[in-house]
Amino acid sequence: MGLNEKPLSTLHEKASYDLADFDVPTGREEAWRFTPLSRLKGLHSGKAEATGQLVVQAFTPSGVSAEWVGREDPRIGRAYVPADRVSAQAYNAFEKALVITVPKEATPDGHITVELRGGGADGASYGHIVVVVEPLAEAVVVIEHQGSAVYADNIEFVVGDGASLKVVSLQDWEDDAVHVSHHHAQLAKDATFRSFVVTLGGDLVRLSPSVSYTGPGGDADLAGVYFVDAGQHLEHRLLVDHSQPHCKSNVDYRGALQGEDAHAVWIGDVIIRVEAEGTDTYELNRNLILTDGARADSVPNLEILTGEVAGAGHASTSGRLDDEHIFYLQARGIPFDEARRLVIRGFLGQLIERIEIEEIRERVMSAVEAELAR
Amino acid sequence: MSTLEIRDLQVAVEDKEILRGVNLTVRSGETHAIMGPNGSGKSTLAYAIAGHPKYTITGGQVLLDGVDLLELSVDERARAGLFLAMQYPVEVPGVSVSNFLRSAVTAVRGEAPKLREFAKDLKNGMDALSIDAAFAQRNLNEGFSGGEKKRHEILQLELLKPKIAVLDETDSGLDVDALRVVSEGINRFRASGDTGVLLITHYTRILRYVKPDFVHVFAGGRIVEEGGPELADKLESEGYEQYTKATA
Ligand SMILES: Nc1ncnc2c1ncn2[C@@H]1O[C@H](COP(=O)(O)OP(=O)(O)OP(=O)(O)O)[C@@H](O)[C@H]1O
Ligand SMILES: [Mg+2]
Repeated sequence: MGLNEKPLSTLHEKASYDLADFDVPTGREEAWRFTPLSRLKGLHSGKAEATGQLVVQAFTPSGVSAEWVGREDPRIGRAYVPADRVSAQAYNAFEKALVITVPKEATPDGHITVELRGGGADGASYGHIVVVVEPLAEAVVVIEHQGSAVYADNIEFVVGDGASLKVVSLQDWEDDAVHVSHHHAQLAKDATFRSFVVTLGGDLVRLSPSVSYTGPGGDADLAGVYFVDAGQHLEHRLLVDHSQPHCKSNVDYRGALQGEDAHAVWIGDVIIRVEAEGTDTYELNRNLILTDGARADSVPNLEILTGEVAGAGHASTSGRLDDEHIFYLQARGIPFDEARRLVIRGFLGQLIERIEIEEIRERVMSAVEAELAR
Repeated sequence: MSTLEIRDLQVAVEDKEILRGVNLTVRSGETHAIMGPNGSGKSTLAYAIAGHPKYTITGGQVLLDGVDLLELSVDERARAGLFLAMQYPVEVPGVSVSNFLRSAVTAVRGEAPKLREFAKDLKNGMDALSIDAAFAQRNLNEGFSGGEKKRHEILQLELLKPKIAVLDETDSGLDVDALRVVSEGINRFRASGDTGVLLITHYTRILRYVKPDFVHVFAGGRIVEEGGPELADKLESEGYEQYTKATA
């Protein structure tokens, strides 16, 4: 049996800057079947006018530049081509893009923060951010989403030869926010990329982190935690496209869900193309379903088109709180609610612990604690 | 002075009757050993008293100083002064030992212990049980060896200072050194004040370190014989055969 040259999945075939290349989704498409389109406030249909109030601020340590540039800036769209209708909509609708550059070999003192604060969910906002980490430079970027908004955006992370970029993206929106976002990382030779996504707030959040490689030796680690409350739809769609030899990727997303119609969607697509010999990849999604009425859809998909992989695997689990865990803690006098919190915090905390920068780790942990205390 | 009174306790698991009327009174200052063959219902008794959701009480009462424990939630029972050292302590990922112990001590005492005092108590407790200090940062029971789990149960016993402790096969899986260390912990607890112990075991080995005042033979879901320490020696030489035959 020979291997296919092309992925069987047609999910990631299409990419275009032109909005006209994407039909308005109906909900029957594979890429949209989990997303409640009626709650997108028109982001997918072209009906969401850019009258929203979203304030974006960048804080950079010295040696790092942050510029607002016009649509014609050549740095825009180099690493990423929109891959779905909303992404293309955002690409065609933003007015100015934020371009952050970490110069060659720079190791800035402290992290870069991008704050996005929505002023209401009445009108829509569209955005575009490019983060360029030049060869051998190292940077940490924290992106915080707060307030309320109807927002679609694309973020390009361009990680140069031997460079390292760590990104923490916190979706801590108000209850009525709608956010559809693509985060694409392009890794050059021997580049390292670490992404940590935390999605807690919003009525509907659909975040699609993706990775591509332009040289061998790239290493991507994509982690995420989410906490879905009643009525929320939080969707994460991951794509790692291995087209270069000897690259690594690791995906690990965990979520907890509680309440009526709490809905989590996790799609994990990994493609290992013919030329990507020696690829090492693993993807994992775990869901903790705390109450009846909550639902987690988890779809890992690994397509291997080469016979020479170093390692490839995936797993997905969804389960309830373990009665034995709760019993043990309660048998030591710890009340049920607190026992439950300890176990959930432990479940998500095991991932959060991997954030190396203490200040950011604590920021994320306290956001999760606040969510648990609700 | 505390009293745990088990009156005609009947318990079922998944519609299967396991305990068929257990009567037993443990007063502070007393140590009771329960011995019996595999599957006779010893753990069922322990779990039912502690309130494990898998066990259904079909009759009887369990009173701690007159309070019906069966009316209380699992955590309320623990706060009322009951402790169960489990036969198979469960692993809880992501919850550190120190965090867990601090939460438990806070819950049982009704207020958070002073950080420094707690750290000192914890260190002393761990030293006394020859538990490496690094365990405090590990996840609860995760990857602990059988013996380490049992030591950790006794550490909790000493930190939580209950009125009555039920120890379910705390001696099984321990080597001779660990058995001595764990027994010393139990004896410290016995000497610490008004405390009663219900010790479940298969073997007389631990009873050489932890001397019981009463020995009860458990078979077929009830106590079938009672006596003093000499009964344990008789069981050691004769086994349980006569009792299992009688209840079969
Ligand atoms: N979930 C269950 N479903 C059916 N039967 C069960 C269940 N749990 C326990 N039992 C049965 O209850 C009986 C008593 O079990 P228990 O664990 O209390 O025995 P034990 O005396 O503690 O045994 P051991 O000495 O092996 O620890 C056994 O026959 C066991 O198979
Ligand atoms: Mg047992």
